[in-house]
Amino acid sequence: MSQAKETIEKETVDKVQSLAGEKYKYGFSTDIDSEKAPKGLNEDIIRFISAKKEEPEWLLEWRLDAFERWLTMSEPDWAMVNYPQIDYQDLYYYSAPKSMDDRPESLDEVDPELLRTYEKLGIPLFEQEVLAGVKNRVAVDAVFDSVSVATTFKEELAAAGVIFCSFSEAVKDHPDLVKKYLGTVVPKSDNYFTALNSAVFSDGSFVYIPPNTRCPMELSTYFRINEPNTGQFERTLLIADKGSYVSYLEGCTAPMRDENQLHAAVVELVALEDAEIKYSTVQNWYPGDEEGRGGIYNFVTKRGDCRENNAKISWTQVETGSAVTWKYPSCILRGDNTVGEFYSIAIGNNHQQIDSGTKMIHLGKNTSSRIISKGISAGKSSNAYRGQVSVHRKADKARNFTQCDSLLIGDTCSAHTVPYIETKNPSAILEHEATTSKISDDQLFYCQQRGLDAEEAVSLIVNGFCKDVLQHLPMEFAVEAQKLVGISLEGSVG
Amino acid sequence: MSALLEIKNLHVSVGETEILKGLNLSISAGEVHAIMGPNGSGKSTLSYVLAGRDGYEITQGDILLNGVSLAEMNPEDRAIAGLFLAFQYPLEIPGVTNMTFLKTSVNAVRRGRGEDEMDAASFLRFVRDKAKALRLDDDMLKRPLNVGFSGGEKKRNEILQMSVLEPTMAILDETDSGLDIDALKTVAEGVSAMRDAQRGMLVITHYQRLLDYIKPDIVHILAGGQIVKTGSPELALELEKSGYADYIGEVVA
Repeated sequence: MSQAKETIEKETVDKVQSLAGEKYKYGFSTDIDSEKAPKGLNEDIIRFISAKKEEPEWLLEWRLDAFERWLTMSEPDWAMVNYPQIDYQDLYYYSAPKSMDDRPESLDEVDPELLRTYEKLGIPLFEQEVLAGVKNRVAVDAVFDSVSVATTFKEELAAAGVIFCSFSEAVKDHPDLVKKYLGTVVPKSDNYFTALNSAVFSDGSFVYIPPNTRCPMELSTYFRINEPNTGQFERTLLIADKGSYVSYLEGCTAPMRDENQLHAAVVELVALEDAEIKYSTVQNWYPGDEEGRGGIYNFVTKRGDCRENNAKISWTQVETGSAVTWKYPSCILRGDNTVGEFYSIAIGNNHQQIDSGTKMIHLGKNTSSRIISKGISAGKSSNAYRGQVSVHRKADKARNFTQCDSLLIGDTCSAHTVPYIETKNPSAILEHEATTSKISDDQLFYCQQRGLDAEEAVSLIVNGFCKDVLQHLPMEFAVEAQKLVGISLEGSVG
Repeated sequence: MSALLEIKNLHVSVGETEILKGLNLSISAGEVHAIMGPNGSGKSTLSYVLAGRDGYEITQGDILLNGVSLAEMNPEDRAIAGLFLAFQYPLEIPGVTNMTFLKTSVNAVRRGRGEDEMDAASFLRFVRDKAKALRLDDDMLKRPLNVGFSGGEKKRNEILQMSVLEPTMAILDETDSGLDIDALKTVAEGVSAMRDAQRGMLVITHYQRLLDYIKPDIVHILAGGQIVKTGSPELALELEKSGYADYIGEVVA
């Protein structure tokens, strides 16, 4: 090897090492007094959580039933991911900042340390700050470990009839809605992790959009895991009543810690007649370090039900974080003429493992679905797209278009595509396209000759590769996501 | 006056094979040099090693731009230092518009030189003017870089990049290949328009015809990894008649 090349490689390595510190810029932890339930999982813990949240009896019963079912189930092993056995008795299932115990009435009463955390994360909790800025207004529900810290713009949203609050508040203030819809899209025992979540879920967001209402602003939830050895089990329930529209975004980060942390969330969406839900995720949980130490296990079940005619649900996800991702946001196209969409960018670097995709279940007539998945693998990562398109007997004239593209960077990573396509109706038209490509040395050299360094070149090429998906993100977040794509791949060339 | 680009006794190997075997070349600011040579003489190797491509190992000699050695520099730093290579086969980057690429490139170079980045509005005007001069459609700026471009469009796009980056030393690698005569003329006009007293150019070509439109000051013949003859533009015309056979023979002997 030439000296020049060695120098370049050394420089690249040095640069990457210098970046490693700031690479995951959300890796700080907040030093705050927390109240935790004792370690481990049993009926008492569930009763403890339920009591903490002053829940009605029916919800406690619901949790206990889920727990009983969970005990009989086993962890799924079909995904293309490997991780050491999780000791479910060695985790904390509830952790909340002590200061939240007094139920602060306004932000002035919230522990300043918590507020500083969100300031550092760039999450606007003060409405006037949002108003002062040029940014479009976004209402935020901020969830810290097991509790919601604050929800902004509640009053303004309430004026439009929109309910946007933490799940715990919804249980208190809107029990009928919660009772009517909870678990109707993702049944308690749907899988191992949903049963676990149903038993111990702590907080999350609740959204209800009344009939014929266009939600006046973007809604978002920002999830933050802080405490070590603590699982986060949030639950989101979003209902778009007849003829309504809502765009919702969730973001997630966590401190850098050497041990793995478990995150098992459940998201349920219900779209009634003529309603439309646009659900976007920018998932940036801590992915672990270059050696694969630490990081979040992200075992999430997300499902939307186009319950009545002409409903539409669109998932857009940018998945850059987590050590292990196991996630398949899906649509049940129950009503006639319903539409389901899934736009995904999943990026794996270093030792990250991703098994992600979607399910489109066509039950109604003239239902259509669209899947655009862009998987990017770098370092020693593994990236699998797993998708199911299923057309049932009565789903006349169902249509699906699927496109799965994989991009490989370097030669120690892998990409896999596992599509399941099944139809019981001869009038269905299903298309599946898949490509795998590599960033070529020629492309890199071309960009470098034009003054871009290798990292910038990769980021540019990858952003081009992801463009079809990025353009589906709400504008406020598209720019951020674009940057995130670049940051996640830092150190992937050398 | 010292040369803008000085190549001294350059030996370059690819793997175990030595391709350039003691090449000497000196280009002053304001001059246009042409290098002609048969296939396999090392023309492309020369352009790649000047631009710093991986895998081309300098075993002896040096390359100086404005007196500074490029040999240990990575490709982007050479670009920042003012070196530009118009590629024989420009690469495609799906999903990245021509405009985005140009802007990223110009700002990367400006940043590297410690200059301020250009804002979107003034950059747009700047590029549109340049594109107009090359008779490039605005539409081409919005298309993904080189994706679905014809051969002529790709080459014209290279010249657009050159005119936007305003390099001090431009290398054109077989810019005439794959062009019909009209495209060739447009490209040559674009290149000629960029000739000025501060800039050096090195035109690498197999055929004489490009030199009808980009008139070089000096012509070199490259064979067997060395410059075997240097002369006036007439040398290119002679070559057109007699072919490379004489020179290939010379080296073998």
